[in-house]
Amino acid sequence: MAKLPVSLTINSDEHDLLIEPRKTLLAVLRDTVGLTGTKEGCSTGDCGACTVIVDGKAVTSCMVLAVTASGKEITTIEGLASDGELHPVQQAFINTGGYQCGFCTPGFIMASKALIDENPDRTEEEFRHALGGNICRCTGYTKILEAVLKAAEEIRTTA
Amino acid sequence: MKSFEFYEPTTLAEASRLFAEEHAQLLAGGTDIIIGMKALTETPQSVVSLQKIPGLDGITTDGDSINIGAMTTVREVELSGDVQQHHTALAEGASEIGSIQIRNLATIGGNIAHASPAADTVAGLLVADAQVDIASADGERSVPIDELFTGPGQTVLTPGEIITRFRLPSPASGSHYIKHKIREVMDLAFIGVAAAINMDNGTITDARIGLAAVAPTPIRATEAEDLLKGNAPTPELLEQAGEAAAAGCSPISDLRCSAEHRREMVDVLTRRTLQYALERASA
Repeated sequence: MAKLPVSLTINSDEHDLLIEPRKTLLAVLRDTVGLTGTKEGCSTGDCGACTVIVDGKAVTSCMVLAVTASGKEITTIEGLASDGELHPVQQAFINTGGYQCGFCTPGFIMASKALIDENPDRTEEEFRHALGGNICRCTGYTKILEAVLKAAEEIRTTA
Repeated sequence: MKSFEFYEPTTLAEASRLFAEEHAQLLAGGTDIIIGMKALTETPQSVVSLQKIPGLDGITTDGDSINIGAMTTVREVELSGDVQQHHTALAEGASEIGSIQIRNLATIGGNIAHASPAADTVAGLLVADAQVDIASADGERSVPIDELFTGPGQTVLTPGEIITRFRLPSPASGSHYIKHKIREVMDLAFIGVAAAINMDNGTITDARIGLAAVAPTPIRATEAEDLLKGNAPTPELLEQAGEAAAAGCSPISDLRCSAEHRREMVDVLTRRTLQYALERASA
């Protein structure tokens, strides 16, 4: 089918694009806009590597048709840092070594940021449960969880 | 994914007309159909999105009744104070679906219209005696949730009919949902069991039990419910109710578990779900 005009606000930048309806938001972010920080893992919503934030909510971008994201605010891993400063969640992942190969990291960071924005007072168990949709095949979960808890603590105390 | 024509109607009448055409697919949250379309098990010629139709999402109250728009995400259902308080089993069921990222997309209407016998919101809607409001170009009708399903993936919906809303008429004083599964999250139910109880002076005045993934459609355990009504809850009574629920189901064996295991667990989990619901009803 013909491409449709779609206006996506990605990391505060407006992109007016022509997109085939069958393209997922993930495909458009990576292949059309060139933001390859968002990763494609399973492509069926199971692994969380493609997590981005749409209108304040973490979603698996492999399960969103890009045409339905028109007019929405999309934040990807590339949009977290501001003025050359990493976001506290990014910095916490670096400081604690919350990554190994790094493939799952953007998804984990975006999911964690949305969780902390929603409620930074979650317990360790609650964060663990809420991050159940993100998979790390290096199995570096201990450090990832440590990073999330540190970031939440920092955001709590500076808020 | 194969190419398709994409429509974003802004009225139900237009959506119904487009959806009534051959090889048309409705798009609600997309978390089921996009997987199917990628796997080429679904190859619609047109996709009709419900996302631009106003008034299909949100949770409202009308006296005792709670109304949940079909396009309400399951995350909203899970977090709704009204649903948590009055239909706990439904909030618990919603919280069991996939991950938060998926629950932010998936809708309760899609979870039900997909008609999986294992859907996590269905047992909670069954014990809430939910009415399913349906719209089409010809008008509107309403179907009780226990008459909606005709088989796995099959409903009484005719071409062009769209689920618009679930009406939950009266609150239960206590309800609970148990999903029998292996993983903490991101799993499908081996079985799902919900119970809702109303009590008066130590007597069970009303009992509703909903079972998922133990028959070709989600079912009510009516024989077990009849045993409970009018009686005081005793361990013996709950045991009889569990046995009656197990006798009334017709599970299959599949790669997830055997029919025998499912039937045994219906017995155990019906009893356990009833205990939780009774505790909440007495609190």
